[in-house]
Amino acid sequence: MLTLTCPYCGVSGEETEFHAGGEAHLKRFISGSTDAEFDEYMFLRENPKGVHFERWRHVYGCGKWFHAARDTNTLEVFGTYSAQVSEPPKEIKDKISAKRPGWSWRNFK
Amino acid sequence: MSTRLSSGGRLVNRAKQVSFTFNGKRMTGFEGDTVASALLANDQMLVGRSFKYHRPRGIVASGVEEPNALVNLGQGARMEPNQRVTTTELFDGLTATSQNHWPSLEFDIGAVNTYLSRFLPAGFYYKMFMYPRAFWKHVYEPFIRQSAGLGKAPDAETLDADLYEHFHAYVDVLVVGGGVAGLQAALSAGRAGARVMLIEQTAHWGGRAPVDGGTIDGVASAAWVEQAVAELSGMENVKMRLRCMGAGVYDHGYVLGYERVNDHKPGAKGVRHRLWRIRAKRIVSAGGAIERPLSFAGNDLPGVMLASAVRDYIVDYGVSPGDRVVVVTNNDDAYRTALAVKAAGLQVPVILDARPNGGGALAEAAKKAGIRVENGKGIAKVKGGKRVTGVAICLQAGEGSVIEEIACDAVAMSGGWSPVVHLWSHCGGKLLWDAERAMFRPDGAKPPTDQDGEGFVVCAGNANGAMTLDAVMADAALQGAGAAAELGFKGAAAGAKGETEAEAPMAAVWMMPQGANIKLRMKSWLDYQNDVKVSDVQLAAREGYESVEHAKRYTTLGMATDQGKLSNINGLAILSDALNQPIPQTGTTTFRPPYTPISMGAIGGAARAEVFQPIRRTCLYDWHEAQNAYWEPVGQWRRPYCYPKAGESHHDAVTREINQTRNSLGLLDASTLGKLIVKGPDAGKFLDLMYTNMMSNLAVGKCRYGLMCNENGFLSDDGVVARMDEDTWLCHTTTGGADRIHAHMEEWLQTEWWDLKVYVANVTEQWAQFAVVGPNGRKVLEKLGGMDVSKETLPFMQWAEGTLGGVKARAFRISFSGELSYEIAVPASEGRAFWDMLLKAGEEFGATPYGTEALHVLRAEKGFIMIGDETDGTVIPQDLGLDWAISKKKTDYIGKRGQERIHMVRPDRWKLVGLETLDGSVIPDGAYAVDEGKNANGQRNTQGRVTSTYYSPTLGRGIAMGIVRDGPKRMGEVIEFPKTDGTSVKARIVDPVFYDKEGAKQNV
Amino acid sequence: MSKAVSALAGAKASGLVAIEERGLQGMITLRGDFASAAFKKAVKAVLGVDVPGQRAVAVQGEKAVAWMSPDELLVMVPHGEADAIVDALSEALKAEHHLAVNVSDARAVFRLSGMDALVREVIAKVAPVDMAGFGPGQIRRTRISQVAGAFWQPEAGVLDLVCFRSVAQYVFDLLKVSAMDGSEVGHLG
Repeated sequence: MLTLTCPYCGVSGEETEFHAGGEAHLKRFISGSTDAEFDEYMFLRENPKGVHFERWRHVYGCGKWFHAARDTNTLEVFGTYSAQVSEPPKEIKDKISAKRPGWSWRNFK
Repeated sequence: MSTRLSSGGRLVNRAKQVSFTFNGKRMTGFEGDTVASALLANDQMLVGRSFKYHRPRGIVASGVEEPNALVNLGQGARMEPNQRVTTTELFDGLTATSQNHWPSLEFDIGAVNTYLSRFLPAGFYYKMFMYPRAFWKHVYEPFIRQSAGLGKAPDAETLDADLYEHFHAYVDVLVVGGGVAGLQAALSAGRAGARVMLIEQTAHWGGRAPVDGGTIDGVASAAWVEQAVAELSGMENVKMRLRCMGAGVYDHGYVLGYERVNDHKPGAKGVRHRLWRIRAKRIVSAGGAIERPLSFAGNDLPGVMLASAVRDYIVDYGVSPGDRVVVVTNNDDAYRTALAVKAAGLQVPVILDARPNGGGALAEAAKKAGIRVENGKGIAKVKGGKRVTGVAICLQAGEGSVIEEIACDAVAMSGGWSPVVHLWSHCGGKLLWDAERAMFRPDGAKPPTDQDGEGFVVCAGNANGAMTLDAVMADAALQGAGAAAELGFKGAAAGAKGETEAEAPMAAVWMMPQGANIKLRMKSWLDYQNDVKVSDVQLAAREGYESVEHAKRYTTLGMATDQGKLSNINGLAILSDALNQPIPQTGTTTFRPPYTPISMGAIGGAARAEVFQPIRRTCLYDWHEAQNAYWEPVGQWRRPYCYPKAGESHHDAVTREINQTRNSLGLLDASTLGKLIVKGPDAGKFLDLMYTNMMSNLAVGKCRYGLMCNENGFLSDDGVVARMDEDTWLCHTTTGGADRIHAHMEEWLQTEWWDLKVYVANVTEQWAQFAVVGPNGRKVLEKLGGMDVSKETLPFMQWAEGTLGGVKARAFRISFSGELSYEIAVPASEGRAFWDMLLKAGEEFGATPYGTEALHVLRAEKGFIMIGDETDGTVIPQDLGLDWAISKKKTDYIGKRGQERIHMVRPDRWKLVGLETLDGSVIPDGAYAVDEGKNANGQRNTQGRVTSTYYSPTLGRGIAMGIVRDGPKRMGEVIEFPKTDGTSVKARIVDPVFYDKEGAKQNV
Repeated sequence: MSKAVSALAGAKASGLVAIEERGLQGMITLRGDFASAAFKKAVKAVLGVDVPGQRAVAVQGEKAVAWMSPDELLVMVPHGEADAIVDALSEALKAEHHLAVNVSDARAVFRLSGMDALVREVIAKVAPVDMAGFGPGQIRRTRISQVAGAFWQPEAGVLDLVCFRSVAQYVFDLLKVSAMDGSEVGHLG
């Protein structure tokens, strides 16, 4: 069972306080987009073994959504950060690079 | 004969006698005994029958690894099967019965299986019981269930008399195991200043060291243990707990501890078991090691025991397992047993040391004590029936030709020691094969890693492969201090100094003798509890089960309640040999928690009876209960389904409630409806994205029905939205939707549209809400007085705030029944008082509380959809004829793009219609309408299904709603719904609004 | 209003610690921008305390303000004053984007009192929180067994716990079981 740190209230809590919200940094496509674009937004996911970016909500705590950068294989948590960004902040990416040189995820590296 | 010695037994209090029964026979023991030591003291060597062959079995071990001695413990509400007597502390009045035999332990008919054993090899069940197929259910399975299996499950109707709980603990360093290694590791980490917790599964500190001898810092081990415990007890940063087992290690330092609080004093106040949910930054696993049996013929006879167990019973409990004890070994440690037997005044006829060159200093000591030692010898077979009567000696290097027979009544065997690597391995720590000492030990370079990518488990002492007292103490100090140092607590890496006899190298012995013939191998047990023999594993290998995981499942080796603590290493060595490959290539099976079985009660904790799960109650809960409400669970809420009067059926109650509502006045507790406040300069814009229709243009004081979809386009919730003021809306959701829709709104606000200035608050429980429904609805509110509820001031689909009967109230003119209807919201603290006023004022109109079933029928008569009935996660609003509630102007709302997909706009989608049975009956719930032809699976094609179906008292007939392929264009057509009884019912497709199509009754 | 009743009408129980439903308690959810000067000023003016820091509780006489999230405060006032204080806050924050709403009746409040270590041990049985590191001045929102809740310690030996009104009976029963005689753990303190 994971331990995650909510960047909004500072609590390091066990997984049961949180709710997993799937893959992070999806780009939303609305009416007028192609079927391929909508398909990618709605259904296609990375499912990596290794570095991954996810959304979580501190549902039993402050109620805030946040992002987590995590290794799906070792369960290492590289960091958690604001939900109000469309890509991981530099310090998170640097931290991952230090531990997983050469990593990439979608268009990020 | 096993018996109590006249003196000795460091753990028992001979001044305090304790009585207990075994299979109804009264026996006595001493305070401090385990049930195992007490049984042996009473010469009860035979304690159970084996799983498959029903062979007589006795106590083998003295701790958690015991495979045979499982009993039913306790009676009635405290009866529990499969309890290990070696870990059960004796108490006055304990009752134990043996299991897995019929008719009796001494005479078991199932023992005939042992003579059939050559016909019952590994995989026998798989091979035998395949055909004919029908035999499985009626012949084979009942037979196997009768003859196999362990203890009997407690009676399903008897509630466990005991209580259980959980406890959350957070520590820097958790030390598992209270032997000398664990004590030293805790001392080192504690002295450095870390928050330490030390847990030990038995009732005593010190582990094996006091039995095994040696000195620590110049004093006897037992004396050092006392000093260490005293020092640790004085440290504020160290918490210690006996009878608490480290059951499992999980991700990110999560550990489950299983504390048997009151097992040794049943009925005492408080809880029986406590499940510790521990988060530890570092874990020191100091669980010691487990001795391995040797695989020789007849090694399962009662009286054949682990050498360490023989020593434990003599030293710890003053119990002799036999007068003449033959010791058989491949290592020096077992000589300690021979010396202990001798010291107790008993005989050791011979020590059989399989090593050609024998042992070291301890062997010399044995010889000096006058014990005969035979090097390079082993046991060809053990003689005896229900207990050992002697052994036949052979050359270890040979095939088993008998050289000599020696009479004895016990055999102490030692095949070497296996470190307890379970906790290290649970979360992914890797193992190394130490060929020299024939054991798997932790590979310190490959630990399980935590959230920071750091190793979070270390092993110490025996568990780390440090097998002699000097090495144990040095390793434990190093590991304890190291764990603390990694967390920033600096302390000395040196600890107490252990000293003991030097040991000669052991030699791996996987079969005895090494060339044992098939007859011997078929009597050489690996897994006692599951009756797996050397020959079974070899057969599995021959039949192609080469992976250790496959061989395990095929033979059931290591799958019993002891999870192979004695058998795994021996078994995989046999498998490796059969496959002609080195042991590390075969590898181990996966170590999974819990380390030993834990009670279901502990897992459930306090969650039983009234706190099994939360039940959400409205402020009228007690009132409903007093009215004999028949409850319906709606999510975690309890809502009245109906209120049956004395002698009234539920059906009749629902009919009465509906008729009274349509004709005069019905009252409904609608407090569970979700109520979300959405406020801010961008609230209108936000709601336009949330709902399929427009909410931004709703006038203050007005109400509007709205639909919410998920991004896939499927309908997810509905409800009435009221505009409170310029920048505030109140959104009603379904009962089940309040928390879900609140979360949905927060999700989109926080993760997609964070630039919008909107705040949402869930005020569902702030308000009690009551529907006042029926032709007399207005009159009853006018009687309460305080606000104008007339048609002119408060027309349909408007709301107003004021007071009613002196209570602050909001009145919404909305209707889910088609009648004149108000929903009145009052603060929850005054809900009950207001409800009482409503009832009193409504008396003259025959005010009738109605439940959820009446609510459902009333809405179905009007053709109103219900989320969860008409929707199932695959239905879009367009399917339900709700196009009128979907804005065509908006460029975006959640679900709009999804609804534009090709499958969503197909003309032949199943769409909502009403269904009227030709014979007036009620269509069964969930019935499908069949079509011409069959599908690829040979099933009838379908063209629609029922979504809601009821008896309508208003219309006096069955009515239904359903979705039918292109239904709205097929009005008047008759379709057929097969029933489960083989008949079918025909129904005509009609408009879904069955009652008051014009809305004349609600709009008054 | 004399007819108003709390969820459990002041139910009491005792065991390792005393447990009491605290009756009617005025509560307001206040959301806004904590960084805004106008917001800070309004809170100070109406409630008499500064906006508390992360996971802190500020107490001023009968009023208390607790930090619930970076944009949400829980304001505690006498039950009868809640509506008036909502109005006062709304008036003071008229020019600010904010939300002030009376949630008094949506909640139930329990008080545990007794030996400080035991009070915290009872909570450690039901919440995944390090109670050894918890004390007066802090608030923790978390899971209380199977429901959401929050608690804080007005002083050592006293702990107030708030949950939703609909689950008040569940939480009361849970606390009662967790505080039953003979179940002291001896781990904290």
